[in-house]
Amino acid sequence: MVTKFFLPRILTALGVIFGVVCVVFLLLHLVPGDPVEVMLGESAQPADREALRQALGLDQPIHLQLLSYFKGLAQLDLGTSLYSRRPISEILLERLPATIELGLASLILALTLAIPLGVIAAIKKETAWDFGAMGFALFGVSIPNFWMGPMLILVGALWLGWFPVSGREGMGSIVLPAITLGTAMAAILSRMIRSTLLEVLTEDFIRTARSKGLTEWTVTFRHGLRNALLPVITLLGLQLGALLSGAVITETVFSWPGIGSLVVEAIHRRDYPVVQAAVLLISFSYVMVNLFTDLVYAWVDPRVRLSK
Amino acid sequence: MMFRLGIPLGIILLWASLAVLGQFLPLSPNSIELSKILLPGNAQEWLGFDDLGRPIFDRLIVGARTSFFVAFSVVTVSLIVGSLLGTISAYVGGWTDLAFVRVIDIFLAFPGILLAIALAGVMGPGIDNVVIALSIVGWVGYARLARAQVLSVKERDHVHAAVAIGTRPIRIMMRHLLPLISAPLIVEASFGIAGVVIGEAGLSFLGLGVQAPEASWGSMIRDGTRYMLVAPHMVIAPGLALMFVVLAINLLGDWLRDWLDVKGHGRRE
Repeated sequence: MVTKFFLPRILTALGVIFGVVCVVFLLLHLVPGDPVEVMLGESAQPADREALRQALGLDQPIHLQLLSYFKGLAQLDLGTSLYSRRPISEILLERLPATIELGLASLILALTLAIPLGVIAAIKKETAWDFGAMGFALFGVSIPNFWMGPMLILVGALWLGWFPVSGREGMGSIVLPAITLGTAMAAILSRMIRSTLLEVLTEDFIRTARSKGLTEWTVTFRHGLRNALLPVITLLGLQLGALLSGAVITETVFSWPGIGSLVVEAIHRRDYPVVQAAVLLISFSYVMVNLFTDLVYAWVDPRVRLSK
Repeated sequence: MMFRLGIPLGIILLWASLAVLGQFLPLSPNSIELSKILLPGNAQEWLGFDDLGRPIFDRLIVGARTSFFVAFSVVTVSLIVGSLLGTISAYVGGWTDLAFVRVIDIFLAFPGILLAIALAGVMGPGIDNVVIALSIVGWVGYARLARAQVLSVKERDHVHAAVAIGTRPIRIMMRHLLPLISAPLIVEASFGIAGVVIGEAGLSFLGLGVQAPEASWGSMIRDGTRYMLVAPHMVIAPGLALMFVVLAINLLGDWLRDWLDVKGHGRRE
């Protein structure tokens, strides 16, 4: 029973990851623009270009390049950085903790903001509370990270001096990046919680709960919110994608030494193997998280796994 | 009504007309005045000057053109390509559709604009490359939506009737299917514009968008972050412009969704 639901999903996820590797590889290699020319400049000697092309394996046909990349991946060998000459897997491992830390902090912040906001907006529907909460949500999705970050630095670091401007030293340094990254997520989640809770509160079992004489608190939280949070789990997985791509910009703004800022640094250094590996790692974690939320969803709600 | 429709519409019209008519205004976005470096705004020069002594107001208007041009090119290309591919895939069905769904799944496995950042990075800076990168990422959402919508309407009686009288598949798709599914696509496209405006500014912020001295709101914010303590106006002005445009598009999208009575918007729900 269980394998019938879980196995196809796991296989699909593996297929998607295989496809993602192919697409990233092919797009980054076939897109207009010659990495060798960009790395050496237009005035480079043809012989030097040929040498670099050979060293990078770019003189091989594209399908052979892809094949050897897969061979490397199978042994967890992501290649070597053109800039630092170190194994890329080593660089990624070094950067990963900072991104996980920032991601978790933002996630916790987003949930602690979104759940109360969404619930208040739903139970006080069409009052000033609702408009206030949804107004916040609208601003949250409309302010881009790369503006919110500098604004927070201006107020929280330069004017008030409460937090460091950038870097990752001490507890205080995570506050501003986490607010930057968490706010947009909180905004989207609170809108979702509001609308699903409103829907759930019109269900028959809520009326039954009320007519049993349960308090409004128990009805809202035990019977309403618990059911409303189910679709939110799925959205949470999807939002993590926004979080990960937002991390690229947020980490750059705050010089936070994670995978996101690594992508941008590698782009500016023309270190394409590192760009490719980092993009793959981020996409891989995204697919894995969504597979995980799918499975959790099915585990929490028997209706999902039994209906299919 | 005023708040939901009037003000957003006003902001969007202002943005569009500055983008289209801005080139006829007497602007000097790239004129350098050394005596005015980092000067904040005053009665004549409202928004002040940047680190090279260029007028921020003029650059803001040029930036409006950049974001408007990119947003409309990307959304037009993505919308057309995406909805055509999605419609064909759903209508033809069978193996073609199965394969197409796999392709969509793969593209949706890239979080947000990450792929666009990598593509723009490899292609090198420049506004054309920004349009290409954002379009490669952008078409998928419309394809997915169009496919789902066509699947839900293709078994209707009028479609069967059209097939029965021997209407060609292309005509069925164009005349009998696309008009039925256009409402959700329009709503998706209106939110898509907001996404692309942020995407372009984000790429330019990372130095992957417009080339200096060309102005984009994103590159203006980037330039300003270095002088935040002495000249915060350099960051505040383009950021506010960006925020108001995106806010206006989102409000208009919300209104459009209610007006066209489309249920739910967004990625996978």
